[in-house]
Amino acid sequence: MRQDHLISATQLSRADIEAVLDRAAEIDADPGAWEGRRRGEILGLCFFEPSTRTRMSFDTAMKRLGGQTIDMGSVESSSVKKGETLADTMRVVEGYADALVLRHPLEGSAKMATEFVDVPLVNAGDGAGQHPTQTLLDLYTMRENAGLDDVTVGIMGDLKYGRTVHSLASALTNFDIRQHFVSPESLQLPRSVRYDLHESGAQVREHTELGEVLPDLDVLYVTRIQRERFPDENEYLKVAGEYQIDTDDLEAAKDSLTVMHPLPRVDEIAPEVDETTHAKYFEQAHNGVPVRMALLDMLLENAQTDTTGGDE
Amino acid sequence: MSDTDRELRVSKIRNGTVIDHLAAGQALNVLALLGIDGSGGEGVSIGMNVPSDKLAKKDIVKVEDRELSQSEVDVLSVIAPEATINIIREYDVVDKKRIDRPDAVAGVLSCPNRNCITNAEEPVATRFAVLSDGLRCDYCGEIVREDEVAEHLDVT
Ligand SMILES: [Zn+2]
Repeated sequence: MRQDHLISATQLSRADIEAVLDRAAEIDADPGAWEGRRRGEILGLCFFEPSTRTRMSFDTAMKRLGGQTIDMGSVESSSVKKGETLADTMRVVEGYADALVLRHPLEGSAKMATEFVDVPLVNAGDGAGQHPTQTLLDLYTMRENAGLDDVTVGIMGDLKYGRTVHSLASALTNFDIRQHFVSPESLQLPRSVRYDLHESGAQVREHTELGEVLPDLDVLYVTRIQRERFPDENEYLKVAGEYQIDTDDLEAAKDSLTVMHPLPRVDEIAPEVDETTHAKYFEQAHNGVPVRMALLDMLLENAQTDTTGGDE
Repeated sequence: MSDTDRELRVSKIRNGTVIDHLAAGQALNVLALLGIDGSGGEGVSIGMNVPSDKLAKKDIVKVEDRELSQSEVDVLSVIAPEATINIIREYDVVDKKRIDRPDAVAGVLSCPNRNCITNAEEPVATRFAVLSDGLRCDYCGEIVREDEVAEHLDVT
């Protein structure tokens, strides 16, 4: 993978994705062998929005590579509260770390940040935009369980504001995958994602009911529909109820169906599903560590070759 | 009505630029896009809803003593791909500018996505890639269709 930063899944080719997943698989097979890889290097965690698991996952990944992390802490206590621009914050923090991870509530924030820093920067979520490392771990989980060729994937829930969905849908166009999108009409894919799908030649198959496609699916990717997306409570309750699954619903699915969810879930997937062989969402969450280890290792490796005048 | 009669609706200029065959309703947007508001003292004539053979009705803009550069002309293509631009010296057309669609437009439009980083207090100008039928924000990926571009002009 020859990338300086990871900002959007749209920047990744199939070869890029496979390189990361292959390395993640190597790490998974023998984690101990990677312990000293990034000794002496520091990863800066810049989270301008609350996140527990993504932050912990990056933290663990860097430490398992033998590196260290620094954390700017919560936004409330930082200089951001005092009105400092993101550009200034990133320029300062760049001096403390060998690579940066950024989560920010505004779309395009990570892209902008790359214009102010030279160290590798990873987008850990920019508003309703992109969340490419989630996508990489999603793809890793999918490859392990269902494969990435000749596979039918259903993506369900909030497709409009769900950044994990936006990243995943565009990344899947690199593979031989049929995508079905299941959502209420008000939460269908936004224009920009639709545009990317059309550009890549992918067909956008949309449904308002899961039942229409469930029997065909190899993978069902469920996302949360948030209350705040609806003007009133009743409308939310009416709609959200139709995009929740339990073991009864899954009777209609293939035995081999893989059910995924970026977590945290609320009530989209009934707890009884956890006990079935379909449930892969906890495995998916655990995959965040080897995948982020692989990605950080590769970006830091690229940064090294760049400064030592390596292969470019 | 002869061509001359039609032209009389907007007086001839001696030196400057004539932007013709604008879709009706675009004249003021074109001036806004070019940052022309008369404060520079230049003479500006505007014809709106002028009968035209090519378009049912057209707008026309004449700016005196100012010759548009190619890059200004390129920016125009975003809202007025059909426009023709003539540079006038001593009442004669000395140059007909061709409108080329640029690959990108920087700083001219604001991003319609309120949640885009370019709308925050950050030291960054907007930049849009030019698509076949619209524009796309380089930062958040938002797409602005051609017919929506004029609403998002951000010129002072
Ligand atoms: Zn934008």
